[in-house]
Amino acid sequence: MIDWKPLFTRRGVVGTLVVGTCMLVPIIATLIDEPYYMNLFARLMIWAIAAISLNLILGYGGLISFGHALYLGIGAYAVGICSYYDINNIFIQVPIALGVATIISFVFGGIALRTRGVYFIMITMALTQMIYYLSISIEEYGSDDGLIIYVRSEFGTNIINLDNPFHRYYLIFLVMVGCLYLTYRLIHSRFGYVIRGAKSNELRMEVIGHSTFRYRLVCFMIAGVMCTLAGVLSANVEKFVSPDVMHWTRSGELIFMVVLGGMASILGPLTGAMVFWLISEILARFTEHWHIIFGPFLILVVLLSPRGIDGMLGKRGSGSG
Amino acid sequence: MEWALLIEQFLNGVQFGVLLFLLAAGLTLTFGIMDLVNLAHGSMYMLGAFFGATIFLWTGSFILALVLAVPIVAGIGIITEVTTLRTLYQRHHLDQVLATFGLILFFNELVQIVWPLEGLTVPVPEYLSSTVPLPFGIEYSLYRLMIIGTGILLAIGMWLLVTRTRLGMLIRAGASDREMVYALGTNIRLLFTLVFGLGTALSALAGVLMAPILGANSGMGEQIIIVAFVVIVIGGIGSIRGSFIAALITGLIDSLGRSFLDVILALFIPINAAEAAAPAISSMLIYIFMAGILFFKPTGLFGKQPN
Amino acid sequence: MKKIFITIAVSIFLIAPNAYSATVKLGFVTTLSTPAAVIGNDMRDAVELALDHIDNKMGSTDVEIVYGDDEFNPQKGKQATERLVTQEKVDIVFGYIWSHVLLASATTVLDAGKILISANAGPSQLAGKGCHENFFNISWQNDQTPMAMGEVLNQRGVNSVYVVAPLYAAGKNMVAGVERTYKGEIVGIDMTKWPDQIDWSSELSKIKAANPDAVFIFYPGRHGPAFISQYEQSGLAGKVDLYSVFTIDSISLPRFQSAGMNGVLGTTMTQFWAPDLDNAANKKFVDGFKAKYGKYPSFYAAQSYDAVMYIKSAVEAVGGDMSNVDGLRAALEKADYDSVRGEFSIGSNHFPIQNFYSREVVEDENGVWTTSVREEVLTMHQDVYASECNM
Repeated sequence: MIDWKPLFTRRGVVGTLVVGTCMLVPIIATLIDEPYYMNLFARLMIWAIAAISLNLILGYGGLISFGHALYLGIGAYAVGICSYYDINNIFIQVPIALGVATIISFVFGGIALRTRGVYFIMITMALTQMIYYLSISIEEYGSDDGLIIYVRSEFGTNIINLDNPFHRYYLIFLVMVGCLYLTYRLIHSRFGYVIRGAKSNELRMEVIGHSTFRYRLVCFMIAGVMCTLAGVLSANVEKFVSPDVMHWTRSGELIFMVVLGGMASILGPLTGAMVFWLISEILARFTEHWHIIFGPFLILVVLLSPRGIDGMLGKRGSGSG
Repeated sequence: MEWALLIEQFLNGVQFGVLLFLLAAGLTLTFGIMDLVNLAHGSMYMLGAFFGATIFLWTGSFILALVLAVPIVAGIGIITEVTTLRTLYQRHHLDQVLATFGLILFFNELVQIVWPLEGLTVPVPEYLSSTVPLPFGIEYSLYRLMIIGTGILLAIGMWLLVTRTRLGMLIRAGASDREMVYALGTNIRLLFTLVFGLGTALSALAGVLMAPILGANSGMGEQIIIVAFVVIVIGGIGSIRGSFIAALITGLIDSLGRSFLDVILALFIPINAAEAAAPAISSMLIYIFMAGILFFKPTGLFGKQPN
Repeated sequence: MKKIFITIAVSIFLIAPNAYSATVKLGFVTTLSTPAAVIGNDMRDAVELALDHIDNKMGSTDVEIVYGDDEFNPQKGKQATERLVTQEKVDIVFGYIWSHVLLASATTVLDAGKILISANAGPSQLAGKGCHENFFNISWQNDQTPMAMGEVLNQRGVNSVYVVAPLYAAGKNMVAGVERTYKGEIVGIDMTKWPDQIDWSSELSKIKAANPDAVFIFYPGRHGPAFISQYEQSGLAGKVDLYSVFTIDSISLPRFQSAGMNGVLGTTMTQFWAPDLDNAANKKFVDGFKAKYGKYPSFYAAQSYDAVMYIKSAVEAVGGDMSNVDGLRAALEKADYDSVRGEFSIGSNHFPIQNFYSREVVEDENGVWTTSVREEVLTMHQDVYASECNM
């Protein structure tokens, strides 16, 4: 028996609207002959996937990772470097990307999770900076200029062809919905309770016999791997990858999307990403000096609505999403 | 190895370290006492450079630039503290990071509107523009020596302030046990504003001093503030002594790394590979160093251990 | 009834000319925000001047221009390009200061079957294996200008050079370029962190220790003034000659002049163009630019102005029919127009074959610092990647 009731709350209506918009964009864009919006939303959903993954460690785990864009880079570079060597099959590219992400997130998580608070912020940023400089220095893969990806990832069948904008769009949409579902399942599992419990009271979790370090490390790795998928998709939309995707300001933008949407809410990162893009698009058309409005806007959001858009939609029980 | 080059690079490293200390001191104080992560600290450095450069170009007097620009920027800092940052003290670090990131965007864009987009270039004041002969046939810039001297004097001043005065006592108390200071019944708001103003003034001073070397540019704050954060993290947050030592180490690693890393690497790997890898590794060096320190000491060299 | 018929006939008559001679819509992508906008604004000024000069018409066709801002970021640049191509539906996209923005955006324009013209960036990737029939460059290939500098150093009998450049693709191209032609000894190469590093104390100390005849640098944008002031402070100025490419331009010269840094006067650089290059088209451009904006145009401006004239020649060749991409391409390959650089031709890889000159910083008759042509260093020079292009 499916419980439809949550759909008719304010939060449910907004969520349905947001996901529904994403689903209908290609159809509307085709009807009004504005294909530009289709790619815009495809990008937006990729950012949303990255933000959803960050939300796992940031929102639910309470760990401020200031280097999450690293995994966007890993995913995108995995596709880029594979295609550089004429390996275009996505069933080879994705395992490589996820494998590298697993190893890196294991090592980096192991180092970073030994620290707390600002030390954690700084070390996650520093580790990403290291990879950022590494990518700049490898001339073979374009260094600062980046890599052009001439051929998109291939499924080896005509049923899914990423050169077709509709196929591409709905693949991204499906991955995003999958990530949302995975988050939902994770958060409501025993694993999720430990992660959230460790955020509010680490000592208590240790006392009842959970090694918070191990749980957090696994959470850190899941988030990294999920974000890597966003990177793989991004390479297929942009047909290009450069070190810029790993710059620390990108990680900052991801954090802002999560906070704007509302931390520790399942759909928050998606609404956050949407509103973020909308605002920067509108402001940028209004004036070239749009940051002078955007900066204070950021401050106001933080000061006035600490729980983001999700917080504006009313109170919520601790377990729901 | 040539001694002259080694000594000169050592001086360069110390000069960079002293600059980092001027920025890190304010950061570590606001962090230690108010528990505030202030990314916008670098914006005060940038404003210092812009005001300093403007006043210097107008009046032709570098002393006047120092005397006027530092209080102006400290004033701007205090206004920011009172209007925005004060409400953030009790908030989560995440909120602080985001809000002060917003401040960075605002100040960067503001200087692009107020000043020419391409920034300002100012000369070194005439009486400091010569070079000084040192042993081993070294000719070193008098201006950079002046910065080293000023920085060390200020570091001593800060040490005296922290260890010998009532303000310093409160600062130490705040850094080791925040609740204690609240309990002492001191005027907390005033103390916070004072400490913030002091940190801003040091940062602005660094900006004025660096303007003749680097010029004044929008965005110059973030480049250095990340390194300054690395410094206070290595030194241990809240510790003035720690940030001084960490600043010097970071400065030396940076300048010696840039200079000798290829030679050192060539001992282990072929010379071509060493020359190709050295620039990349030298940009990563301070981050590697920080990650190493935090791996063994998760709260930095002189940070207090968690309970 | 008759009245209505006349009304309709008249309105068809009135509408008809518009319906057949559609306007040409051009998209121009450059940096219009962040401090790098100082370059983008100069380019936009030049494009506006060019449109004034041609009275907003190419042949009998009206011209409309749409600007896109890349925010000095490849992803944003690609997005701006996409907006111009898919939403504004422009016929030709041109502009681009930065190699990485151009590389990111290229596929968007070329996949749509439209023509793309770079007015500044000249990365080796697009000149060699990655060349494309619809991509043209109207500035230069990255390696060419430093190759000319290598020749200047040879001619002046400079025996040893120390090279300092930023660690990014264009920086590496500049170093490779000078290494290709310079016959003396390169005693040291330092590649510095880009764009973060703005203090060169460490590199300047190494230069002093190496004691070369000359120093060669490449620092575009705001890094140039910072490097040169530190060069003067280090005590090297006056002892070791400084040679540069893309570092001193009409954007940074006023900064040097207001700071009274006289050491810049007399320094040498190489370029395919200079404000005092003697030809009618250039005179019209430089005089017009100075009259309209009260300053010297930069080479970025010259290239942008030239790009508009270049496009005009192609649009006129196809009679304003922008769907005729083959005709446009053929006309662009001919490059039959009066360029501000004088005579030149378009090579097989769609990059220019042109002269390179040495230029020197001088004071003009009004006391304003500018650059002046000294001599021709490379004659009708083609980039080295052209042979790798199979087109």
